[in-house]
Amino acid sequence: MNITLNLKKGLDLHIAGAATGSPATAETVKPRLVALTPDDFPGLTLKPLVKEGDTVAQGTAVLQDKHHPEVCITSPVAGTVKAVERGERRKLERIVIEPDGSNNAVTFDVKNIDNEDSARKFLQSSGLWSMIRQRPYNIVANPESTPRDIFVNALDTAPLAPDMDAILASQAKELAAGAALLAKLTRGTIYIGRRQGSKIAKIADIAGATMVDIKGPHPAGNAGIIASNIKPVNKGETIWTLDGITLARIGHLALNGTLDTDCIVAVTGSEVKEPTYIKTITGCDIESIVEGRLIKTTHHERIISGNVLTGFAVKNDGFLRFPYTQVTVIPEGDDVVEFMGWASLSPKKMSTSRSFPGHFLLKKLFRPDARLLGGRRAMIMSGQYDSVVPMDIMTEYLIKAILSKNIENMEALGIYEVAPEDFALAEYVCTSKMPLQTIVAQGLEYLRKELE
Amino acid sequence: MRPYFEDGGRLHAFRSVYDGFDTFLFTPETTSHSGTHIHDAMDSKRTMIIVVLALVPCLLFGMYNTGYQHWLAAGQGVGPFWTMLLYGFLAVLPKLVVAYVVGLGIEFVVAQWRGEEIQEGFLVSGILIPLICPIETPLWMIAVATAFSVIFVKEVFGGTGYNIFNVALVTRAFLFFAYPASMSGDKPFIARDSILGIGGDVPDTFTGATPLGQVATMAGDAMHPITGVTGAEVSQWDMFLGLIPGSFGETSTLCILIGAAILLFTGIASWRIILSVFAGGAFMAWIANMTATPTYPVSFLSVGDQLCLGGFAFAAVFMATDPVTAARTTAGKYIYGFLLGVIAIIIRTYNNGYPEGAMLAVLLMNALAPLIDYCVVQCNINRRARRARLNS
Repeated sequence: MNITLNLKKGLDLHIAGAATGSPATAETVKPRLVALTPDDFPGLTLKPLVKEGDTVAQGTAVLQDKHHPEVCITSPVAGTVKAVERGERRKLERIVIEPDGSNNAVTFDVKNIDNEDSARKFLQSSGLWSMIRQRPYNIVANPESTPRDIFVNALDTAPLAPDMDAILASQAKELAAGAALLAKLTRGTIYIGRRQGSKIAKIADIAGATMVDIKGPHPAGNAGIIASNIKPVNKGETIWTLDGITLARIGHLALNGTLDTDCIVAVTGSEVKEPTYIKTITGCDIESIVEGRLIKTTHHERIISGNVLTGFAVKNDGFLRFPYTQVTVIPEGDDVVEFMGWASLSPKKMSTSRSFPGHFLLKKLFRPDARLLGGRRAMIMSGQYDSVVPMDIMTEYLIKAILSKNIENMEALGIYEVAPEDFALAEYVCTSKMPLQTIVAQGLEYLRKELE
Repeated sequence: MRPYFEDGGRLHAFRSVYDGFDTFLFTPETTSHSGTHIHDAMDSKRTMIIVVLALVPCLLFGMYNTGYQHWLAAGQGVGPFWTMLLYGFLAVLPKLVVAYVVGLGIEFVVAQWRGEEIQEGFLVSGILIPLICPIETPLWMIAVATAFSVIFVKEVFGGTGYNIFNVALVTRAFLFFAYPASMSGDKPFIARDSILGIGGDVPDTFTGATPLGQVATMAGDAMHPITGVTGAEVSQWDMFLGLIPGSFGETSTLCILIGAAILLFTGIASWRIILSVFAGGAFMAWIANMTATPTYPVSFLSVGDQLCLGGFAFAAVFMATDPVTAARTTAGKYIYGFLLGVIAIIIRTYNNGYPEGAMLAVLLMNALAPLIDYCVVQCNINRRARRARLNS
């Protein structure tokens, strides 16, 4: 049985630089370097299994969780370990691998995956387990947890996001195999969200899963929003969330026994000459992706691995971060001198406020930069967050509960249902410029530390 | 310039002041380091300035009306337009300056002391204070009341965004209770002296009661006509335009509606609150009018008069909608507004001691707003708890 979700709250930002062209004909970019970033797998305490100079194949375990040694993260490519980078207090920052161009790949045994236990081991050893998140806490799924339901978002509604329909529609076989494997891991339902009325290609119905046709502005495509509007997480329950690409990868692995680490990346943003799709490998270095694609300018620019709302700011020597298959380049804005900006009537200003003429230019594509455009203040305006968070949650009160570290109130107000990304638009519209995603992330972290 | 104001610089004691002016003149270059990379161009500076802009029609009309009432009271008929406006400007200017200097002065000092940026909240409070006071309020009283209000109503709670009561209204309430003789009755609402040779002198014996003041002291079992300062009857149209004695900026319902239009168009004031305040006020005024009794002469006023007169409309548009002190939840806003309107009319009608109830009603509802929100939030919490029980 399929479900239709029609969400009203939210906001689609009109930003210049959407990728054109078809993902199917994307140019292939060979990465010079590939990196795995432990920060992309919150909840795991990772230790390296390799050292500099080691040769790895695609699928070789590179990182391992201290507390659950069966959970590991595998190399997306065959090559040599170039660096094990550590930061302050020897914190593991990333493992950099230089591809050697060979096709050496670990083959995983796909036979005898007939029960829950074998399916878990299969996913954990291949590294795909670490790409599944759980709620509460928005961390990598706890190997001891059994999910009530699994929510897959096979759509991305974020600003300038790649067209998931076009990318995933051709992988129907993989998606179905992935869903079949996940079905072994839950007694509940697998919900797969897809965009309603997609023009180009449509993700086909998948047997054994409930398809959710979603209509509405961002953040309608967030897995947490889908879950919240179908069957919210209650205290004591766990759900798993993953994106459509990960589901297809799980399917590929189940069908072939090898990892599919190719990924279609949308190179977007106002500072990109010709925003388009490219085909590369997960963890690819940013240099290889953006080289020759940026507009030559004198002003500073910000390269974001991901979208403008939740992505990571990376330098030229950074890497594509999980789970993003998008790179956005916008002006940094720290070199702009603007006289009395608060009084501006310039149509170039992007805002939800009707006091800006730009608000009425419905077709205009804006070129926002990374400035806060105001000072940090206490929460002043009311009701702003609620208008962009399509969940049955008292957002302002949840934020206040988090700020006051009141665990009882956090639980009562539904912190288990949320992830920082669900508050990204609220952070964008906040006139007090409050760092809501950071607050939510810290709240979840605090709660986990206190309760575990 | 900046190094002088940084820690260790010669002028570091003025760092927050420098920052205040710097961010006022130039948009800060601060970029986001965590979370979203882009932000809406709307900030609290612009929000506050738009509220100030929305108050400008009331301010201008207040200037004109002050001159107009003065000319009438001085027995000189209606004076030249620009001269009357200039008179009103000169009458209100010292009050504006005093309110801003005292209030912003305290804000600057506190910001420097806390090591924070200067917050913009007082930009609005500073213009509201002269607008809601009678024109004859002595300057020193405004200074004392403003200082009290900014320190004890705002700063001790943590500054803009943390206060429970509306700062400008507490200033007014402080004046009302500390110096009742100067704030009510029939004297303070008309400017009495000539300023810089403009205007005439109003005789000491002259009285100019506000319409509500007149109604409150009426005797008999029917409505007497409301009279202006010259003794002539005031038409409903004059009441709507605001050509009546009253606190400086709150007499003109027309200008208040212009302000409301600005606030609603820009989405800064909550339409839910404004609508429900008027609904509550109209509902209570209708009940009062249906059960009119000579014991409470204000009950003879029609619904339209009740909403036009006194500070009701001003409170509904500019005071009740203060997002910090109003209810914050959507459902809470309706309840808050409706009760506010009802209580304003109840105080005004059934308490002959206070000819105006809007101020007290807003302050009372400010105190109750957290309770209303608590109930609304509790509904959400209960819903979630029930859901969890059903599932387990």
